[in-house]
Amino acid sequence: MSENQNPRTDASNEVTVAPEAGNAVVHADRFPDPGVPEHKHRLTDTDPKAAKRAERTVTLLFVLSILGTVGSIVAYVLVPPDGTTAGVRLSTLLIGLGLALSLLGIGVAGIHWAKTLMGDREFVQERHTLATQGEARETAIRDMNEGLEDSGVIGRRGVLKGAFFGALALFPLAIAVPLIGSVGGDWNISKFKHTMWQRGTRLAIDPSGRPIKAADVTVGSVFHVVPETTEEFRETHEWITEKSKAVVLMVRLNPEDLRTDQSPEGETWSHEGIVAYSKICTHVGCPVALYEQQTHHLLCPCHQSTFDIADSAKVVFGPANRRLPQLPITVDDEGYLVAQDDFAEPIGPSFWERLK
Amino acid sequence: MAQQQRPTTRVGKAADYLDQRTSIGALVNQLARKVFPDHWSFMLGEIALFSFVVLIASGFFLTMFFEPSMALVRFEGEHPAAMQGQLMSAAFRSTVEMSFEVRGGLLMRQIHHWAALIFVGSIVLHMFRIFFTGAFRKPREVNWLVGALMLVLALAAGFSGYSLPDDVLSGNGLRIIDGVVKSIPLIGSYLSFLVFGGEFPGEHIIPRLFTLHIFVIPGLLIALIALHLFLMVLQKHTQYPGGGRTDRNVVGYPALPVYVAKMTGNFFIIAGVLTLMGATMAINNVWNYGPYDPSPVSAGTQPDWYILFVDGALRLMPGPGWEWVIGGYTLSMNLLIPAVVVPGILFTLLFAWPFVEARVTGDRGEHHVLDRPRNRPVRTAMGVALFVAFMVCALAATNDLIATHFSLSIFAITWVLRVLLIVGPVLAFWVTKRVCLGLQRKDRELVLHGHESGRIVRFANGEYVEVHTPLDEQERWLRVSYESPAPLEIAPLTDSRGVRRAGYRSERRWQRLSRFFYEDRVEPVTPAELEAAHAAHAHGRHAQVERPAAAVGAGTERPPQERA
Ligand code: HEM
Ligand code: FES
Repeated sequence: MSENQNPRTDASNEVTVAPEAGNAVVHADRFPDPGVPEHKHRLTDTDPKAAKRAERTVTLLFVLSILGTVGSIVAYVLVPPDGTTAGVRLSTLLIGLGLALSLLGIGVAGIHWAKTLMGDREFVQERHTLATQGEARETAIRDMNEGLEDSGVIGRRGVLKGAFFGALALFPLAIAVPLIGSVGGDWNISKFKHTMWQRGTRLAIDPSGRPIKAADVTVGSVFHVVPETTEEFRETHEWITEKSKAVVLMVRLNPEDLRTDQSPEGETWSHEGIVAYSKICTHVGCPVALYEQQTHHLLCPCHQSTFDIADSAKVVFGPANRRLPQLPITVDDEGYLVAQDDFAEPIGPSFWERLK
Repeated sequence: MAQQQRPTTRVGKAADYLDQRTSIGALVNQLARKVFPDHWSFMLGEIALFSFVVLIASGFFLTMFFEPSMALVRFEGEHPAAMQGQLMSAAFRSTVEMSFEVRGGLLMRQIHHWAALIFVGSIVLHMFRIFFTGAFRKPREVNWLVGALMLVLALAAGFSGYSLPDDVLSGNGLRIIDGVVKSIPLIGSYLSFLVFGGEFPGEHIIPRLFTLHIFVIPGLLIALIALHLFLMVLQKHTQYPGGGRTDRNVVGYPALPVYVAKMTGNFFIIAGVLTLMGATMAINNVWNYGPYDPSPVSAGTQPDWYILFVDGALRLMPGPGWEWVIGGYTLSMNLLIPAVVVPGILFTLLFAWPFVEARVTGDRGEHHVLDRPRNRPVRTAMGVALFVAFMVCALAATNDLIATHFSLSIFAITWVLRVLLIVGPVLAFWVTKRVCLGLQRKDRELVLHGHESGRIVRFANGEYVEVHTPLDEQERWLRVSYESPAPLEIAPLTDSRGVRRAGYRSERRWQRLSRFFYEDRVEPVTPAELEAAHAAHAHGRHAQVERPAAAVGAGTERPPQERA
């Protein structure tokens, strides 16, 4: 079937064909195609002096490119980075400028050459219908059918067909199963629900790891807190992964400013105005960090979710839906701040099994 | 067969040697003088192609020095001073050392990053060109799909590369991805484990992303680019409308030498400009951010531009009330809508557009002459509306910067942008459609009455008339040679014997969509109409002082943007 049958969408085909094709059809309700506009000569086509000038410009540009390459190598040898940021920048700048000149020289020369000296006459070529035509098409269809018939799958041998496609569809499983089995580690997603915090874990300053005495926390001050642990553990991957869940932001408010926190009836999760909340935003998990003293608002820099520290860290603005979980704290016999327990709910962004 | 002539020149001999072993002559026959139409907008695809080449070249340099490992090491070097003695991943250390100790290393890193930004940018602009000119119509739907797939891959390439240095910014980017992945119902938690090989961040993600970034994604891109260009050559390039350009021919310059020279020139210019950017404009100086640590984060840092719209959508979505608990399971609509549903719809629309448009147009013909955007008002308006939505979201990703720069309240800005996200695209659609229809009417006006010449003529009776100069036939052709499809006609619900037709309802739905597309339209001027206009002029003594056509061609004030 020829595809040019639709008169409404393809009428322009019928209206005209370039004069070269020589079979213009003119419809009464259609203007005739005026044909390709007349060719206009450039200055360089008619004036040998202009052509010579263009040639010199192109040559000069190529020479500039060579100079750029040389300059870049000279910079490489003579201006090694001395290690300081300024030194690195200077070396980068000089090598880069040389390379850029070397590339731009070739590029601009090529374009100028093409525009001024190469032929600028437009050519008209025929398009061929993309669909295979005539005998070739018939042959192709016949070959396909014969091939299919030879294979004997047409109409008969349903079981064979089923087994064939079944085998093809299933074999990747033998690769996929071992891959998927291992690619997710232990697949233990209940880890999302627990952190390193335990009853009695001391609150320590991030990044030094020094435990914090309640007496050292002045009103209005903000602490970035991690669980206290050994120096060796702090140099492992497990630490980074645990820290990703366990980081806490601790603030001391005037006890009368602290309207509510998340402690249930009969428990106290704060200590004399000191409250500790998970630092992992309940939106998509950025560390929340910007604390404003006057308003007691804690802002997440990623998408501006804002939490009110004086009021259970509830969401006051932004795309987060849930308050930041509170870390229940108290002090031990030596006056150090310690956790009463792990967080009461999973920290960070929501996931399907969060409440299961 | 007659003895073939032996080549005498060196090039000739080399060509002969090759041809005797490969019959490459046949290929040269086909390609050497193949004609390519020329237009500045055809450069956009080339810019994408050439930035990709620059990415491969500079990327190779980087792989020589980058260490894709999360093993924890201490920074022993002297510079930069702030890094001394810090614990960091080998990936981060190798990035810093490559910047400070390898000569040209920082240059290559910066070129690579700039090239990535320009790559995605030029792909998007290229896609807009294809969209607004209707170059995706038959037979190029397949190439549109190949292109759309490459857009997805380009985004994946950008994001995987951004994450490799393992600095604070890239780690936080990954953490946001982790949060979004976890929000996916049923499988989200397992997907997160799958990506990170355990809990975030673990110790596998950098090597995994490295394999994707330097092997899988570029490999696929190279294969798809080859297919993309093969199809482009096979189907021959489209051309803008104009005298002598039809759906059955192609008018332009021969591949050898002009097109090849220009392409080569363009490659070097693009590579040169990217190098200049890399040499002079600092980008992603990771030693200022420090190695990844889950605790610190800095305000006012933005992701690469092509991620902005998702980031902005995440910011605009209100949180409270949008987390639903169903049967004890948690469904975070406040994440799913902006980060999964909206981009999902966007990309589905992208992939489906050529097929939807062909269906509502009832169009099965091949198209090789491009549309002027004004001649397809609804398509153009849809494109602009989507673009506006994209821009509002991208702007939202900078709401904190806007707030601090103009000392406005972030709450107010967010609310304004939320409203704008709904109203903006609708308004943009309406305005664009009106503008297109207006331009089409202007075209009719020009064809019927000519350009205003600014020359006033006074008649004997004292009447003043401005002289209009008629269009020369090239310009007239540009303004009349388009199709203005009408909405689909469908057969009635019941046939002549009163029997209900199956499939009527679906046809009816398509018809409704078709009306949305083509209800408002402006038909091109016909010769008969022009004739009538002339007659009216002569009759009403609207004297048209005709000037010779040559003079018109030289001196008319043709607005430049109208010349497609
Ligand atoms: C990796 C990214 C891409 C590269 C390197 C690339 C490259 C190119 C080049 C060099 C051309 C010929 C010149 C031109 O018309 O601009 C072209 C044509 C084309 N591209 Fe792309 N492109 C990319 C992505 C896309 C995307 C995202 C789409 C659409 C979704 C697309 C659709 C097309 C179509 C339909 C043509 C034929 C245009 C015509 O003949 O008028 N491409 N591409
Ligand atoms: S991660 Fe905190 S607002 Fe999005």
